[in-house]
Amino acid sequence: MDKEILKQMRIDLLKMALSAGAQGAHMGGSLSLVEIMAVLYLDVMKFNLQNMKDEARDRLIMSKGHGVMAQYAALKQVGVLSEEDILTYKANDSKVAAHPSLNEQLGIEFSSGSLGQGLSLGVGTALALKRKNNLSSRVFVVLGDGECDEGSVWEAAASASHFGLNNLVAIVDKNGLQYDGDTKVVLSMENMAEKWAAFGWNVKEVNGHDVEALHEALTEKSSKPLVIVAKTVKGKGISFMENNPQWHNGVVSQKLFEQAVAELEAGND
Amino acid sequence: MIDYSPMNIKIWSRLGSCGAFGQAALFLPEINDKVVMLTADLCTFSGLDRFKLKYPDYLFNFGIAEQNMVGVAGGFAKEGFVPFATTYATFASMRCADQIKVNMGYMNLPIKLVGLTAGLSVGVLGATHMSLEDVAVMRSVPNVVILSPADCTATIKATIAAAQIDAPVYLRLSGTMNNPIVYKEDFDFEIGKAITLKEGKDVAIIAIGSMVYNSLKAAEILEQNGVSAKVVDMHTIKPLDKEAIQDVLKNKLIVTVEEHSIVGGLGSAVAEELALLKQRPPHLIIGVNGAYPHAASYPYLLDQAGLTPEKIASKIENTYKEIC
Repeated sequence: MDKEILKQMRIDLLKMALSAGAQGAHMGGSLSLVEIMAVLYLDVMKFNLQNMKDEARDRLIMSKGHGVMAQYAALKQVGVLSEEDILTYKANDSKVAAHPSLNEQLGIEFSSGSLGQGLSLGVGTALALKRKNNLSSRVFVVLGDGECDEGSVWEAAASASHFGLNNLVAIVDKNGLQYDGDTKVVLSMENMAEKWAAFGWNVKEVNGHDVEALHEALTEKSSKPLVIVAKTVKGKGISFMENNPQWHNGVVSQKLFEQAVAELEAGND
Repeated sequence: MIDYSPMNIKIWSRLGSCGAFGQAALFLPEINDKVVMLTADLCTFSGLDRFKLKYPDYLFNFGIAEQNMVGVAGGFAKEGFVPFATTYATFASMRCADQIKVNMGYMNLPIKLVGLTAGLSVGVLGATHMSLEDVAVMRSVPNVVILSPADCTATIKATIAAAQIDAPVYLRLSGTMNNPIVYKEDFDFEIGKAITLKEGKDVAIIAIGSMVYNSLKAAEILEQNGVSAKVVDMHTIKPLDKEAIQDVLKNKLIVTVEEHSIVGGLGSAVAEELALLKQRPPHLIIGVNGAYPHAASYPYLLDQAGLTPEKIASKIENTYKEIC
């Protein structure tokens, strides 16, 4: 993966945040997803740019809806969204909204924003694909580690292994922070890998910013549902945002924008 | 296809609304091969044991995990399936309310959510199992069609209609086994089109579900006491049949009867429709009012709530004589 692409995606996140102005943007949890989204869209996932509804596509579900800026940045890299499109981030009636809004043309499979629902949608999609005898498409569900506080995630996790959904892949963006701070302080969900394993999943723990490790984990053949517990850094790549809960949702001013872009251009991530 | 013979109508009535739903389910894969049946540890209770035997690949049990079931239904619906999801009405509508909002309301996914034992029919299990709020919850979510069949034959019709309409549906099943028969023979069931079961010039009673039969009986009592009562089966609570509402403006008193809270249900729906009219008949809302009743048998609870034919008739007669 060309580092230039990852840098460009982070700059695009900053551009979206700058467009959003005083409304702020979910920078931290989008920056932590950049490598994951890049590997999914530019490497692992099957899709047809001429027909984003193509039955043979892989399905991506952004259960962690507030991380969607990283998906928009990846969709721009593959040419589904334009620069003009992403600059409408959070504008009234924009298709590039603060949380995903179902849009088949963009390959946004479901609306989300209310945490804890995407894995059930993924289980339903994966079961439906099997019923249709579509055995080649896979379903990817992106979850936050804070999101895993929700009980419905674990209802879905149990059902995925019960139904043997080897076409389902969950990715937990384990950036260690949620709205109110450190996940260990808010609600400890440590031993994340063991929890998933106990629910009958095949678990891979990787550095969520290592594109090769992500590629390897996301292309692994599994007879069970597969979860990638991706250790990430919230705010990754921009020093003043990294590991700073204030950047869960923060305002990027022109000055901060320039500072952050300069930092990315200097390549000291 | 389906034989609406007097014998079958009797059998369905004996089975009750859950059993009748299970009978209807047996016809669905023939009507639409995309139907799938989801349940939350209530396969037997939903009358789906025969369905499971006949169509094992069409049935998915998610255990006691209703929120996940509704989410999974969303996934199936998005992929072009027609998912039915069954559980007790109170858990269907309230435990899964956020999944309903996002999947059925926001995304307009054509999930068919089946609320079993709505109202007081399993009230012996206590207030946790009573469902007196489900219509209020579901009515406030955009896009959702709400059906409340009056008897077991209507339950068969409503289930098939739900499978055929490309919209999210909440199918509210009320009553219990040996459900009284309202429809003695085949009839036309059209979503959004109320059915006038009896004409009458003084009072117009609009009822849903289990209260249609009790309203017909109440109307008989009223007739004996010199009050002529029309009875309308408003099997589709949303979208409401506006023509049918216009039609009852000719009567001197409008009454709505539901086995549901008087807040947010059929009474509210009709009142909202009438609110802006300068001149209209007064509207009596009959339903469950006040605190949750203590656990008790269905007949006892109906009596306490004033929902027996005698009590419905007496309340209507008193109100009619007082204000009309």
